Amino acid sequence: MTSSDAIVIGGGHNGLVTAALLARSGRKVQVLEASDTLGGAARTEEFAPGFKVSTVAHLLNQMHPDVIKALKLESHGLSFGKGVSPTVTLSENTAPAILHGGYGDRLDGVSAGEAAAWKALRALLLRQTDILKRFLTSPPPKIGSLTRKDVISFGGAGLALARLGRDDMREFMRMILMNIADVADEHLSDDRLKGLLAFDGTVGHHLGPRSPTSLLGLYYRLAGETAGEAGAQVLPQGGMGAIAAALAKAAEAAGVSMRTGAPVGRIEIENGRATSVTLESGETLKADIVVSALNPKTTFTDLMDVRELDIGFVRKLRHMRMAGNVAKLHLALDRLPEIDTLTPELMAGRMVIAPGTDYVERAFNPAKYGAFSEHPAIELTLPSLSDPALAPDGACVLSAVVQYAPYHLREGWASGKVKFLERVLERLESTLPGLRKTVRHAELLTPVDIETRYRMPGGHWHHGELQADQMFVSRPIAGHAGYDTPVDGLYLCGAGTHPGGGVSGLPGLNAARHILTREA
Amino acid sequence: MGLMRPALLSVAERKAAQGHIHKIKFDTPFQPRLDALMQTHEWYDWAGYRAPHSLWSEELEYFAIRSQSALFDISPMVKYRIEGPDAEAFCNRLTLRDVTKLKPGRVHYTAWCDDSGHVLDDGTLFRLTETRFRLCCQERHLPWLLDGAFGFNVTICEETEEVSGLALQGPTTCALLKAAGFDGIETLKPFDIRDFAHQDGTVTVSRTGFTGDLGYELFIDTRRALSLWDRLWDAGGPYGLRAIGYAALNTARIEAGLIVANADFITAETALRADRARLPDEIGLDWMVDLKKGPFNGRRAIEAARRDGKARFVLVGLEIEGNVPADQAIVYHRKKREVGLVTAAIWSPTAKRNIALATLERPYGDSILNDLWVEIYALRELQYTRLMKRAKVVPKPFVKLARRTQTPPGDF
Repeated sequence: MTSSDAIVIGGGHNGLVTAALLARSGRKVQVLEASDTLGGAARTEEFAPGFKVSTVAHLLNQMHPDVIKALKLESHGLSFGKGVSPTVTLSENTAPAILHGGYGDRLDGVSAGEAAAWKALRALLLRQTDILKRFLTSPPPKIGSLTRKDVISFGGAGLALARLGRDDMREFMRMILMNIADVADEHLSDDRLKGLLAFDGTVGHHLGPRSPTSLLGLYYRLAGETAGEAGAQVLPQGGMGAIAAALAKAAEAAGVSMRTGAPVGRIEIENGRATSVTLESGETLKADIVVSALNPKTTFTDLMDVRELDIGFVRKLRHMRMAGNVAKLHLALDRLPEIDTLTPELMAGRMVIAPGTDYVERAFNPAKYGAFSEHPAIELTLPSLSDPALAPDGACVLSAVVQYAPYHLREGWASGKVKFLERVLERLESTLPGLRKTVRHAELLTPVDIETRYRMPGGHWHHGELQADQMFVSRPIAGHAGYDTPVDGLYLCGAGTHPGGGVSGLPGLNAARHILTREA
Repeated sequence: MGLMRPALLSVAERKAAQGHIHKIKFDTPFQPRLDALMQTHEWYDWAGYRAPHSLWSEELEYFAIRSQSALFDISPMVKYRIEGPDAEAFCNRLTLRDVTKLKPGRVHYTAWCDDSGHVLDDGTLFRLTETRFRLCCQERHLPWLLDGAFGFNVTICEETEEVSGLALQGPTTCALLKAAGFDGIETLKPFDIRDFAHQDGTVTVSRTGFTGDLGYELFIDTRRALSLWDRLWDAGGPYGLRAIGYAALNTARIEAGLIVANADFITAETALRADRARLPDEIGLDWMVDLKKGPFNGRRAIEAARRDGKARFVLVGLEIEGNVPADQAIVYHRKKREVGLVTAAIWSPTAKRNIALATLERPYGDSILNDLWVEIYALRELQYTRLMKRAKVVPKPFVKLARRTQTPPGDF
């Protein structure tokens, strides 16, 4: 029986970060990945002959600088490519509003008054995000048993709050659980910007812009940074698979042994302690500790004997909300779509079809009742524009995040998928006339497809809704925050743990740091 | 992986499965007989049922338990049927004791805890067959049991209404049952279960009870319940059979040192105050916690509490000077420092002692046993007399009767 110091289940980005960091501490680490490629939801895959795309996450906007530094990712091939990409609002009726740099530190296409209002709002949100940011890299405290570190962390946040000044502090406390629509209304008048905020606050969450707490989604986005710019994004050269490749290289350099095509069937527990894992093939691998980068629900209810866990724990786990609400569209196009109003540089960035708060709210309405949006909100990129290797000569790849597409579609995705694809293509066609004629191949991944393909329950990016009641001290579940589990020697390091999903590497980083203090 | 996943009931199904929520007060199937015997009109509410506190004389009902045969309607006791290939594994995960050691045809007294190791209830677990159990208890637990069934091939349903029960307790009960045609009843050992024919069906008899005396509990399909009462009643005359209410039973159970959920401790799910929930070690059930068996609910928390010395309370038996029952009295150390509360107290007619069950805050009752006092307020013709009486921690049970376990029991 092979034996290691640590087994990491799941070779997604968080699993790789944890594995690499554990290995750098001198441990013998084995990563076990079920599919044939590493990367999890950060992957570049061929979806039509000659056409490649980042199949789940398609933009990099949250990879944490601590992760990059700790793993020297830049020396392992991490590159921000052609730099920070702009965001463009797209609509058939209005000219685009353009956000340059880190979430619009410079605006084009809006009135001077609106630009000033945006500047003030953006500065306010970034100041507020700075308070929250410090919690990204600190493990959530255990309620009822605060450690010295927790107190220092809270104290630090308190001090930072105080440094905001009285008015700013009060404003923050007032705003923190607001909805993004009201915040936008308080500051802005341009529907294009309001629609963009509505989309960015809600994307990946089961929330509409007028749902309470939808501002948190925007904070979460703005807490991310790329190339030193808060709220900035890039389309990595080679797609998101290149990020996974850099992580894999860092892990390899640290001595991590990685196996793909090795789905884990069971985590073996003896006397309350995880001792080994058994692959679906029947092979057993021993380890001192086991770290799961998988969804918490998968980890506990699929991979182990549930009697090892307490009833209340399993009850909470099974009630963790994780029904995804986003579909992913990949189009293989004969040629680059024509958008008269945009330069190629702008088309190479992020384009968002969300013309106004009402539009996004109306898109959300049916999702509450198990139906998809008749007029979906769409974030699209044309990755082959900046990385021609992703498509055959002259052709083009379109990658789009489409919401809302509820996992629990009432009519079922078996019949609903074709209908939804039609809605999405209609919507794209009306904004990009002529597009449909150029579609050579279309692939729509519903939450059910994402669940099946990427082993993410509910097809949920975040491994569980990232809302106030499932965040921080309540992530993955209340009373069991953080990376420890009830089972000795078993840890979590995936997006289901604090701070949550997105290609940030933070759950992996936090988990590794925690494990290293626990298993010193 | 190979776990069977029974479909858990939906919210609507769960609601329908808990009909007691929608009814104000139930009658048990024995109500016609109880009504006919009722003289004191002292009824009380037992889990939503109208149940007799006493029927004709609290004291004489008690003496029926200790000297004759006493018949007590236990139909309101909450009962769950747990059945399936994983029933043993399910019960073993749910409860504190090792269920693999419980053979078919046997009962054991056990308890179960939440994730924090706090006791949700205590009760008796009947192993009726290899794969079928009956759990009897004070409080309702269907949602907890159903959630606990996730990952187990087991079905669980409440059978409180479908199954009626009678406790037959006292020294002449074995003889009475024999006379009533329960052939071979004398070979039943304590905690044995056996089925006997009754009409066109069966009655399940266990040698169990809540009195510390010789006695049996009889469980029967509710449709045949009344005829079982009549069968016992018809045979009972020569054996001094009397129907009794809870007051008499309560006296007997205190003598036997047995605790009652939500009287001697607050169950974890009903406690409103965070510090009221109790670990098994805090209510005298530490002996049930079987760390030699595998995982069970609350195990980690109980082990951690033991490691960290977090069991703050201890449940003890007290003997109090004088003859005034110390119900709900505060317990003091050196007459000054408040250290606990009496939860049940009687003048014991059999022990001829003034006894009580009390919860004390450690180290009192644990390592500090001397100089304990209880403060009794005796209301005498509209005036309280305050008594400060010396209390001594004594072992339980206060009354131990050889006939409880003697097999075969004495004949009459």
